[in-house]
Order: sequence, then C-alpha cells, then structure tokens
Amino acid sequence: MAKTAMAGARSQTPPQETIYRHTRVVRITHWLNALCLLVLLMSGLQIFNAHPRLYWGQKGADADRPFVEMTAVDLDRHPRGVVRIGGLQADTTGLFGLSRVNGRVMVRGYPSWLTIPSYQDLATGRRWHFFFAWIFVLNGLTYIGFGLWNRHLQRDLTPTRAELSPRHLLHDIVQHAQLNLPRGEAAKHYNPLQKLAYLGVICLLALMVLTGLTMSPGVDAAFPWLVDLFGGRQSARTIHWISANLIVLFVAVHLFMVVAAGVVNEIGSMITGRYRIKPDLGSAP
Amino acid sequence: MSGTITRRGLAAGAAAMGGLLLAGCDRLSQSQGGIRRVLELDETFNYRAQRLLQAGQPLAREYREADISRVFKVNGSSMPDSADFQRSMANGFADWRLVIDGLVERPTQLSLEQIQKLPARTQITRHDCVEGWSCIGKWTGVPLGLLLKSAGLKPNARFVVFHCADNGPGSLSPYYESVDLIDAFHPQTVLAYRLNDQPLPVGHGAPLRLRLERQLGYKHAKYVMRIEVVDALKGLFGGKGGFWEDRGYEWYAGI
Repeated sequence: MAKTAMAGARSQTPPQETIYRHTRVVRITHWLNALCLLVLLMSGLQIFNAHPRLYWGQKGADADRPFVEMTAVDLDRHPRGVVRIGGLQADTTGLFGLSRVNGRVMVRGYPSWLTIPSYQDLATGRRWHFFFAWIFVLNGLTYIGFGLWNRHLQRDLTPTRAELSPRHLLHDIVQHAQLNLPRGEAAKHYNPLQKLAYLGVICLLALMVLTGLTMSPGVDAAFPWLVDLFGGRQSARTIHWISANLIVLFVAVHLFMVVAAGVVNEIGSMITGRYRIKPDLGSAP
Repeated sequence: MSGTITRRGLAAGAAAMGGLLLAGCDRLSQSQGGIRRVLELDETFNYRAQRLLQAGQPLAREYREADISRVFKVNGSSMPDSADFQRSMANGFADWRLVIDGLVERPTQLSLEQIQKLPARTQITRHDCVEGWSCIGKWTGVPLGLLLKSAGLKPNARFVVFHCADNGPGSLSPYYESVDLIDAFHPQTVLAYRLNDQPLPVGHGAPLRLRLERQLGYKHAKYVMRIEVVDALKGLFGGKGGFWEDRGYEWYAGI
C-alpha cells in the first residue's frame, strides 16, 4: 500500500513549472538601476571624503559638532582611523579614516577601493555622481510609470490587508529566518516581507533623490520647502548618508536571498523573465 | 558541495569585477576625449533643469540672526601673496580701486569708500561649499547689477568675469570666476564688504568679495580687483570660466 502510494506520488510529481515573472521593462530598469546605484554609491563616497563629517540642522563646518565623523588620530606616534557616531567611537584603521592607497597609509574617509575615482578627486567624483543621478532618475521614473500603468506595483508589490496582519507577518519572518522559502503556488507571487522590502527600497531611493536635491543651493532657491522638509541642508546630507547605508543593507540582504533561493534561477529570471517554480513539497501525500 | 564552489566563485568573480570596474572608472575619469565629455554633460542637464526651475528668479533663503554660524570657516586663500595687495591692506585699502571694464560703455574705477556709499543690500544666507559643509553669515554689499547698469553693458556682453588678487590654493595661477547675466543681475548677487556687521576680514576676501547665493562657494570670488564684461570665456586662462572650472569643476555650480 505504502509502496504504491510512493510510486503514485512520484508519478504525480508535477513537471517543472516555469512562469513569466519579470516584464522586459522591469528587467531592463532593474539592471540599469543596479549599475547606477553602484556608481552613485562609489562616487558618493568620493564626495563624502571631501568633508567626512555629517551635521544636523541648517549649517555645519569645522567649528561645529559633527553627528558622524571619520577621522584619523594620533598621527605623529600611532596613527589610527576612527569613526565617531554621536558619543560612540570605533577604531576603524585600514578601513575608515585611515587606509592604504598603493601601499601608502593615507588619511581618508572611505578607502580607495570604495570610491570613484579611486584617488582623491572631488571634481571627477561629482561628474560621475550627477551624470549617473540623471540616468538613475529617468530610469526610476520609467519603472514607476510602467509599474503604475500595467498595475505591476498595485498588483504584485502592494501587500493585502491580510498579509499585513501581525500573525501573517510573524509567520513570514519565521519562514525567512529558517530560509524556508516559498514553493509551488506560494512562489508565484511575492511574499509580504518581499513586498515590504521592495516598496521600502523604492521609498529610500526617492528619499535619496529628494535629500540629494536639498543639498543643491539652486534647487533650494526654487523649492525652499525641501529645506524645511529635512530640517536643513546639513540634515539632508546626513539623511542622504543614512539612506545610502540602508540601501547597501537592502542590497546585501537582496543578494543573500538570491543565493539562498538559487542563483541561476533568480538571476536568470531577471535576464530572461522566466522563473522556475520549485514544486510544492507539502502537496505530496 | 557545488553550492559552496558557486558561492566562492561568485565572491571571487565579484572581487575581480570590482577591480576591473574601479580600474575602468579611473581610466575613463582621466580620459581627455569623448567619454569625459559625455560625463561632463551632467553640467548641461543641471544648468538647463535649474534655470527652468528658477524661471521666476526666486531668492535664496534668508535666515535669522540667530542662525548665523559662530565661526564662519575660512576656505581657499586666506591672504593673497601679492606685495601690492598687502601694502594696500596695510593702509586700509585707501589706494585700492575696483576696475570695471571690458564690454561696457563707461569703464569705471571705484574706491572702497565710493562703493560703500552706493545703495547696499544686507542678507543672511547659507554658504554651501562644494566639499559639503555650510556656514550661515550676514553679508552687506552693493548689488552687482547696479554697478553693471551704471557702467552700461554693450550689446554683445554675455558674461561677467571677476579677477582676484589671490592665486588659487597651492597654485601660481590667479583666481578668477565668472557668471552669466542672469546671475549677475539677480538681486542677491552682491559685492560684499561687510560680514556679520564687521568690515570684511581678509580671510573672507577683503576688501570686496562676490556673493552668488544660488551657487556653491567656489563661485564666490574673494579679493575682487577687476570686473571684466566679456562675450565668451574661451580666451581667459584655461578657458572654462574659473580657477576651479579649469581644474574639472562645473562652471554652473548650482548643485
């Protein structure tokens, strides 16, 4: 009896199902966005290095107390790189504040391998940053525009009321923590944590644009409300930095999940659009 | 396990890609040709977009007395090397003259005293450095538009160039800057001789420095000696319209 059931189950295993998951616009804007974010991050760190201190409020310069600071201390005897956040301080020698450039120890915020260009050059860092900022914004508007038009954002990314219930979310968190990723029918749409993460990062990216624009004296003259919205140009610079960190965190988790869910299938689906559904184990008797 | 190999392979691949990307970006950054020129299109986009947004010629925000920075950071040159300038400074700029020439109907020379008798504008504004920091200060000076109107622009006038007494930081080239006529006639574009109700300190560009409130700090030329009205920027120094512009920075520094 058991034997036949097993044989029966084996013969009933559904064939590998493939769905069309990502439209062409989503795929193109995804990869263009990834390229833009990489260049924007690295050229942004170059710009940060020109004044590796962050303040809160309208103003902030050398004589004012920074909120975050990357610096080097004890240069004469035992040079160390440090990061200060509020009252906390961490030794970050080799990474932040003090790092090697072509074998020579240099005082610099972020290390050379994280900046574009790799050497200190604010003017060129700005060129990269603004050029790719334009591509990033146009690309983002294309994504949002198409997503609203074909209802991808409403249909696939907006969580339902039921999905937002604490019980549902808690269940989803536990499943993720166990790397128990959806299979079968459940894998055909995004789960609530995924939806919240994607919507969250879209909001962060919009925040990057707004805080970036608030740092522009020309834009501030045209839209003074931006300065009020973020509590000042220096606050906007600080928020720009914080949300950049959060986007890096998102990308780290995103890449981890890609590896956990299957590199070939996940990356492949963002190239071809086709996504292979893992058969639902639970449906077998 | 094949999974581990894939993961290790991915990490190595990512590191190799990263190295290539960095080397590639450095090479593109240093290229003199087409790619660099494509990258520099950012300025055209920024200029066009901001001129569109600023169609109503809005003023930069003006702050309250309470917002003024305790210490206004001195940046760039803090004292011109020129012996003539230092001699002039020692006698309170009594023999100093601002020259206004180029494409004007009436080339003019003005003493500091004459400038201080002209109608003045006082504004508490935020100074944003290209490096990222900001200071708030109270500036008093004569609107540039007023000087230009009284000198009378010739029909082919397009840009206003500021020649300064100092050399650029760490350089033997003189500092200079330039603005278009839209910015030149903006009401907040002033030649300031007072900071925070005190005579302009030498570190901040005494006796006279430009305030260009809707653009970044390097546009705000200090130690202005001569205002030259021109039809093009190509013939001056590096040809890009300013000391920092000749070194890769944007001529339009609204962002």
